[in-house]
Amino acid sequence: MTDRYQTFTRTPLGRTLVKNLGLPDPTPLPRWTEGSAVIDGQVVFGAIGETDTGKAIQALLRDIGASFSTAAEGVASSTLRPKALVFDATGATSTADLTSLQRFFSPLIRQLGTAGRVIVVGRTPELSATPEQQIAQRALEGFTRSLGKEVKRGATVNLVYVAPDAQDQLDSTLRFFLSAKSAYVDGQVVRIGTGQLVGNDPAAPLAGKVALVTGAARGIGAAIAQTLARDGATVLGVDVPQNANDLRKVIAKIGGNELLLDVTAIDAPQRIAAAGADLGGLDIVVHNAGITRDKRLANMRTDTWDAVLDVNLRAPERITAHLLESGGLNEGGSVIGVSSIAGIAGNNGQTNYATSKAGVIGLVQALAPRLADRQLRINAVAPGFIETEMTARVPFAIREIGRRVNSLQQGGQPVDVAETIAWFADPASAGVTGNVVRVCGQSMLGA
Amino acid sequence: MTETRKVAVVAGNRIPFARQDKTYRHASNSDMLTAALNGLVDRTGLGGQELGEVVAGAVLKHARDWNMVREVVLGSKLAPSTAAYDIQQACGTGLEAAILVGNKIALGQIDAGIAGGVDTASDAPIAVNNALRNVLLDINRAKSLQDRVKVLSRVRPKDIVPEIPRNAEPRTRKSMGEHAALTALEWGITREAQDELAYRSHLNLAAAYDRGFQQDLITPYLGLEKDQNLRADTTIEKLAKLKPVFGKGETATMTAGNSTPLTDGASAVLLSTDEWAAEHGLRPLAYLTHSQTAAVDYVKGAEGLLMAPAYAVPRMLQRAGLTLQDFDYYEIHEAFASQVLSTLKAWEDPIFCKERLGLDAPLGEIDRDKLNVNGSSLAAGHPFAATGGRIVAALAKQLDENGGGRGLISICAAGGQGVVAILEK
Repeated sequence: MTDRYQTFTRTPLGRTLVKNLGLPDPTPLPRWTEGSAVIDGQVVFGAIGETDTGKAIQALLRDIGASFSTAAEGVASSTLRPKALVFDATGATSTADLTSLQRFFSPLIRQLGTAGRVIVVGRTPELSATPEQQIAQRALEGFTRSLGKEVKRGATVNLVYVAPDAQDQLDSTLRFFLSAKSAYVDGQVVRIGTGQLVGNDPAAPLAGKVALVTGAARGIGAAIAQTLARDGATVLGVDVPQNANDLRKVIAKIGGNELLLDVTAIDAPQRIAAAGADLGGLDIVVHNAGITRDKRLANMRTDTWDAVLDVNLRAPERITAHLLESGGLNEGGSVIGVSSIAGIAGNNGQTNYATSKAGVIGLVQALAPRLADRQLRINAVAPGFIETEMTARVPFAIREIGRRVNSLQQGGQPVDVAETIAWFADPASAGVTGNVVRVCGQSMLGA
Repeated sequence: MTETRKVAVVAGNRIPFARQDKTYRHASNSDMLTAALNGLVDRTGLGGQELGEVVAGAVLKHARDWNMVREVVLGSKLAPSTAAYDIQQACGTGLEAAILVGNKIALGQIDAGIAGGVDTASDAPIAVNNALRNVLLDINRAKSLQDRVKVLSRVRPKDIVPEIPRNAEPRTRKSMGEHAALTALEWGITREAQDELAYRSHLNLAAAYDRGFQQDLITPYLGLEKDQNLRADTTIEKLAKLKPVFGKGETATMTAGNSTPLTDGASAVLLSTDEWAAEHGLRPLAYLTHSQTAAVDYVKGAEGLLMAPAYAVPRMLQRAGLTLQDFDYYEIHEAFASQVLSTLKAWEDPIFCKERLGLDAPLGEIDRDKLNVNGSSLAAGHPFAATGGRIVAALAKQLDENGGGRGLISICAAGGQGVVAILEK
């Protein structure tokens, strides 16, 4: 789907009007293309003291071949045009240390390049050693969320909380947030815990893995299937028989397997498990199939309510439960739900949809701790306004608002959701579980 | 409660089935049912006799035919004192009529009766649309000329468009073929398998005519002696050339060749007790021993529209203490080749049988050589309510010819229903 306004702002006349009238000026966001480097440009690394986390971050920067400089405090230089600013704040043991944030970022922030990246790494507050440290670490959220709203030209700001001794788990997460794969992920907070070290190939992190993607025929689901296949996974695409032609096209392109069924069917969990078993068991399960049936609650019919809850929440719940019970999910497996900002912020006319999508968050929170001992993980994405056939049907005015009321002033692409899911799916993200990450360009809704 | 009596299938008759808008285009349901009924009366020598009951129905029926079967009886060679009533259960009508007659015989309420069915897709009831109907009714209610003119002025051009019955489900607005196409995709039924089944149907029906099997099952009507849809010379290659008509794009597999065409026709079956048959110089061909109906919720997509027989059969088998393999013949009505193949595949599928039917083990495979041995609806055509009578009569005769055995009848019906029965001798 094209954003005509954004296209217009790139024309000479559009540029003039945007500048003189102070109109929204969405920067076209580059997306990651196969074979390109994690990050193309200068990285400036800063820290509060020397920490194991800081060392791990620098090791990664060297590993991905980034040209980087270090500075405890930012260095203003008119020639410097960093692509990313990475700040290790795990060393903040009290609120006194928060001063370092301002010292490092203030001189540098104006220099940040187009589609720049700001990543602050902190210590998971609830796992802090002292109350003073916990307070300081919790404070970081306010900083990154505000800075996300200040940075311009398509830049993003995210906060990564890492548990003690989990710095070895940072790799896949930092690669994701540094790269164009996280183009539309902004103002987010993710938590990384300890996990098994997986030495997989970052160029094909899902090689040898089998990924189930429900609702794979179109839109976000098709992008997920393509992205997981790009990363090496064998995809088992599921959709209803009504979408057979679209599903076949998607699957033909990526060389996966198709399964035509309604995820709400009474035997859908068993059929999925059987199809997965034929491929050697499932490693990745993406519960993407979803529907909307918008009605204000006063006008809501029982079947309208049920249809949405059945597809969006009860099906993922039943399928996950059956896979766990039957051993249909291989060790190290990753379950990924698709929530929505409507599930976080609520939305007029979407009591059914928001209930189902908030329920997906419940599914993540309920299962993450229970799955941890089995080396299984569960996370969810919560898309904001994504340019799909579904959102193209939203009335113009509402669609325009949906697109602009976020820090990046534009809608996201299906691939943005898919890339986030691919990061969750990556076995190297073993420490990433229990997260709900919004792919919303830091939408003002529910933030 | 008295002990139940055995229900014998004594004879059956039908008129050849004609393709829509062809030979029977001017024949009404009543005309065709009367022809089938009189043919049966003639063959069994029951002219002027009073029977316990005649039960039949039509799916597409004119409003004026509200008492169709009784009117047909009055116009037939049976005694006018024979009672009759109409039923309707879509494509299950004919078999359901036989079950109803059979049940009364079993309970001792009647000794003999005729079950039948008729349908015309040519002489379809076209109705005025609802808006115009309301106007016309209001005119009828109006007291003065002025009021009538006032009501008449409400008529708009679009109100003149008539309502033509569609072969579509009212709740999903999808045609039966479109529903079946979705089920075919879900069960992964290939085009090749469907064409093969259609081919065998034509082959088997043609062979049945050739060996004279149909001789005492059919009364020629309006010059037609064989089913008009039968293509004795069809080949797999010819069937493979047809373009899909249901479903879209590259996943579409259902053609006019492997789906039943709209057809006109009628059938009737005589059922009775052994004693009654003997008294009338007739003999039982087979016995109607078990029956079952089932329905599925196809509206929300939880199950395919035409999958109800897959539920009805195992329930009946359980009651009868039989397995799916305990049959010599299987008569599975070929609404669409894909419907037959989806049903068979479902019975072989452990997940379907466990999760949807609640069985410990799948029903299993059937011997395909026992399936529709004298052809079925893909070759003969399918005048909805007439199909049940065609199958009951043909299977009873086949069992008799075989010197005994057991046959399963399975018929899917609109509205997500299924009617199944067992004939034995």
